[in-house]
Amino acid sequence: MSDTPTKVVVDCSTGITEVLPLTQAEIADMETARLAAEAERVEREAKEVADATAKSALLKKLGITQEEARLLLS
Amino acid sequence: MATYTLISSNVLASSAASVTFSAIPATYTDLVVRASIRTDRAGNNIDLLKLVINSNTSGVYSQTVLYGTGSAAASTRISSGTEFYYDFINGAASTSNTFASYELYIPSYTVSQNKPMSSFSVQEDNLSSARINADANLFSSTAAITSLTYTSNNAANFVSGSSFYLYGISNA
Repeated sequence: MSDTPTKVVVDCSTGITEVLPLTQAEIADMETARLAAEAERVEREAKEVADATAKSALLKKLGITQEEARLLLS
Repeated sequence: MATYTLISSNVLASSAASVTFSAIPATYTDLVVRASIRTDRAGNNIDLLKLVINSNTSGVYSQTVLYGTGSAAASTRISSGTEFYYDFINGAASTSNTFASYELYIPSYTVSQNKPMSSFSVQEDNLSSARINADANLFSSTAAITSLTYTSNNAANFVSGSSFYLYGISNA
């Protein structure tokens, strides 16, 4: 089994399915997209942690619980 | 009465980075894609399915998404995107051997007007974060739809056993 990523192309006019290796450019594009997606995930998770920490600190500063904050906003 | 004709079926015998239906005949009224999908996206139970139509990656894709996470119901909106990408599918960390169920319905895919379409997917899992979505999509192009290309939005591969079925609908 080859380690080269492949793409599947179905020609609906002929019914012929081809499994083709990705070109070097396509592999590079894929790796760039993967790294960008991973960076986005890390950034999003870091923001979620930062937001939760800030929220917790604010509740503590105000001296109220999360339930009480929710009640205030309802 | 509508008649469904299977134009093409493809069950992956090995992993693949993309699946393309090309040279789609213009002989039907509507198109439907049904698929069962899992990717090898590492460390995540969720991936997103990306769809590019007619190889068009200009900003002509809009989506309004309703989704449920198992703990919340919410919505989001994407305008002027370069692809449709908001359908949840299974990543590598989802329950073993589970695959997402996906459906795309494209009415009047050959007419010279912008193309609305609906999509629906269920990320099958046993985890509390399993997700489901229903999307109202708009492909702002008057060209007849002749090709559909699916990839992972996170540049993962579709795993072996993933399956893609394209149907043409007559007399819809």
